[in-house]
Amino acid sequence: MKKLGLIVNPIAGMGGRVGLKGTGGADIIAKALELGAEPVSPARAVETLRSLKRAGVKFELITYPAEMGAAEASEAGLEVQVIGHITSGKTTAEDTKRAAREMLEKDVDLILLAGGDGTMSDIIKAIGTQVPILGIPTGVKMHSAAFANTPQTAGEVVARFLSEGLPLREAEVMDIDEEAYRENRLVAKLKGYVRVPYEPVMMQATKEGSTGYELADQKAIARWVIELMERGHIYALGPGTTTRAVAEELGIYNSTLLGVDLLQDYKLVARDVNEQQLLKAIGKKSATIIVSPIGRQGFIVGRGNQQLSPAVVRRVGKENVWVLATPHKLRATPTLKVDTDDAELDREFRGYIRVITGYRQTCMVKVV
Amino acid sequence: MSYQQARWIEPLIFELSKPGRVGSSLPGKPRGRINVPKELLREKLELPELSEPEVVRHYTRLSQMNYGVDSGFYPLGSCTMKYNPKVCEELAALETASCIHPHQAEETVQGALELMYRLGRFLAEIAGVARVSLQPSAGAHGEFIAMLLTRAYHKSGRDDKRDRVIVPDSAHGTNPASAAMAGYEVVTVPSNARGRVDLKALKAAVSERTAALMLTNPNTLGLFEDQIIDIAEVIHDAGGLLFYDGANLNGILGKTRPGDMGFDIVHFNLHKTFATPHGGGGPGAGPIGVQKELEKFLPVPVVEYDRKRKRYYFDYNRPHSIGKIKGFYGNFGVLVKAYAYLLLMGAEGLNEVTEAAVLNANYIMHKLLGVKGYELKFDASGPCKHEVVFSTESLKLETGVTARDVAKRLLDHGIHAPTYYFPPIVPEALMIEPTETEPREELDHFVDALNTIAQEARSNPEKLRSAPTTTAIGKLDEAKASREPILSWGAHRKSAKK
Ligand SMILES: Cc1ncc(COP(=O)(O)O)c(C=O)c1O
Repeated sequence: MKKLGLIVNPIAGMGGRVGLKGTGGADIIAKALELGAEPVSPARAVETLRSLKRAGVKFELITYPAEMGAAEASEAGLEVQVIGHITSGKTTAEDTKRAAREMLEKDVDLILLAGGDGTMSDIIKAIGTQVPILGIPTGVKMHSAAFANTPQTAGEVVARFLSEGLPLREAEVMDIDEEAYRENRLVAKLKGYVRVPYEPVMMQATKEGSTGYELADQKAIARWVIELMERGHIYALGPGTTTRAVAEELGIYNSTLLGVDLLQDYKLVARDVNEQQLLKAIGKKSATIIVSPIGRQGFIVGRGNQQLSPAVVRRVGKENVWVLATPHKLRATPTLKVDTDDAELDREFRGYIRVITGYRQTCMVKVV
Repeated sequence: MSYQQARWIEPLIFELSKPGRVGSSLPGKPRGRINVPKELLREKLELPELSEPEVVRHYTRLSQMNYGVDSGFYPLGSCTMKYNPKVCEELAALETASCIHPHQAEETVQGALELMYRLGRFLAEIAGVARVSLQPSAGAHGEFIAMLLTRAYHKSGRDDKRDRVIVPDSAHGTNPASAAMAGYEVVTVPSNARGRVDLKALKAAVSERTAALMLTNPNTLGLFEDQIIDIAEVIHDAGGLLFYDGANLNGILGKTRPGDMGFDIVHFNLHKTFATPHGGGGPGAGPIGVQKELEKFLPVPVVEYDRKRKRYYFDYNRPHSIGKIKGFYGNFGVLVKAYAYLLLMGAEGLNEVTEAAVLNANYIMHKLLGVKGYELKFDASGPCKHEVVFSTESLKLETGVTARDVAKRLLDHGIHAPTYYFPPIVPEALMIEPTETEPREELDHFVDALNTIAQEARSNPEKLRSAPTTTAIGKLDEAKASREPILSWGAHRKSAKK
């Protein structure tokens, strides 16, 4: 029988309704409560658990006490094994991290997490990406691609994962600097990648020219990108698993997942470069930037890859920016965005861009 | 529920086998020697051994657990599962049509050649093109040949840098697949909010590298591409060709023609529009028609008529042809049915086919529009053509019941499921094509069934999800069935051992 770990961050999402843009930090929670914020996370977690229960799958549920999971499970009518200790009403990020570590020890097959970007980042900090995760969207900011679209679909996906074993794909975990965000500045950071189960809808996938499997689709993209590469050119490979697949197809296994690497003549020539190093390496050579949009939110340049600054993009030329995305990723990311700190450059990107979606397969996608 | 399909507990024919039993006994022992090399000789044949009545009963029972247009309503969108007149089958089964051999001398099959010659002319007239080849054996095959013709055309104009084919995101999967197989890069263009090709995106997609656009009209949403003249202009101005996917021809017969819309190459699905059922796994036929400037590239042979000698013949002497694409000359039986059907219907009849097909689809659309749980995701303003795509997304959000669940539950009402989850641009899609051969009572029964299912989704979703229960075979694990198909006795025994 499969084991499911459940972690509810009970205060996630509280700030949103009262306009606080995130609920990280004790003072903000106090302020949210003062403004009359009500918990939203527990109710949404219950919704997911109910949809999971409806599916009638047998599994072992392990969770943390009271509002961090036990209460929600009992409300949904599910039996649970409760581990750990918390001070109810005063939970912190430390509790989330401890819960994740203890669940890792318990060998859970999947962690179901009710929270937002911040909670997801806490989990990676605690246990890395060792355990697959699926997020129930309950936070204020959900820029990460590791969240299901609705609490209900989260339940359906988990049910199928537990009963049939769905494949896993890697999804971005983003977090935003909340301090800056409250001052209306958006500084999105790519925190890492977690493995999430997903449903390869076979019917749909084949009609889209997709194998239905992320890894196979990424490989198909990589094969073609490599065919398109020319000797002497510099290729700046942006962050992400789609671009990493290009490096791996070339036999390069030490590319930087969260940074920008440089390739030339099918070889890795520099790792994790910053803006200055990029400009210097490119010099007068012809160069291409290869990026993949951040899943769901759709940023291709500017967020998550600030090294690809306006100066770099201008030097390379907009027409030499190759965007890669699997059909599955595109479906969740219907429009693309750029945010380069250079309004003029952002404007130039607007309209339609050709995105590479497979082997000799591209798609016109709107950049807004 | 007023439906119950026959449910025989029928063993496999191999399991019914009893040693020594035969259907008919051959006189004496075979005489003479057959020269089979030793290494090809089999020790055991392992064929089932049964008497004739046992065989007849076995297959009769299996057929009773089947479902087809002959047993009921079959609104499988994009497949045009209409009733095919039995007289067409009978004509195709005539000895003069079914017992001729492709190696017979041309003089002895003049009738067959004439039939093909005339069928080609009829189809050319229906589509508004100059010339038709009947050889491709399916729609997808026709599409692929269209791509080869496209390549030959551009090459002959020394324009061989054209390596991209544009396909809308609502297209059938065979379109991008055919282009890719012919070596083209496939560029997908999105649909706009009205469910039509987004002209802005199309303009951004075309370039000096555009070889062709593949389009079906009415499109897979059942909507007419009303900007087709502008679309054709964008493609032609860029130097590309327009390919018409004829799968949806049932929506425009006699009303408009692909040629008049600006298409250069057209394919037909005879096994949809013209009296051969689709979806049975074949045989089918996907003839291909072209405009004048592409005629010389058509595959060989082409059926020609020699006026002087008053004789039909296969013309192989075509130096620009893309060559041979099919053994002999296509699936002749299917061609006979199409020819018979065209003679049966006449121009007037074809007009009525489309009118009734479009009316039936609109009837269903209007009846379902008020039902909570089913909605149109694109244009709900104008009429649809021969099919309509509903989304059950709101029903799913409300009750957890998916389009697939709804489709499966329809089986319990004695109705074949619509095409579901296609086209992919509609979430929780149910693609409904009633066709022209259904009476109003069937359409009402279908709408009632969908109504009942929506109510049931709210009152008893568990029960709904266990559907189908009145069919010979209940709910299948579809993923397992497609991943581990067991299609032969050998495979069955192997899997049983495991
Ligand atoms: C729109 C469309 N185009 C093409 C085809 C391919 O036809 P065939 O199945 O004969 O290969 C189909 C088949 O259903 C279709 O619906």
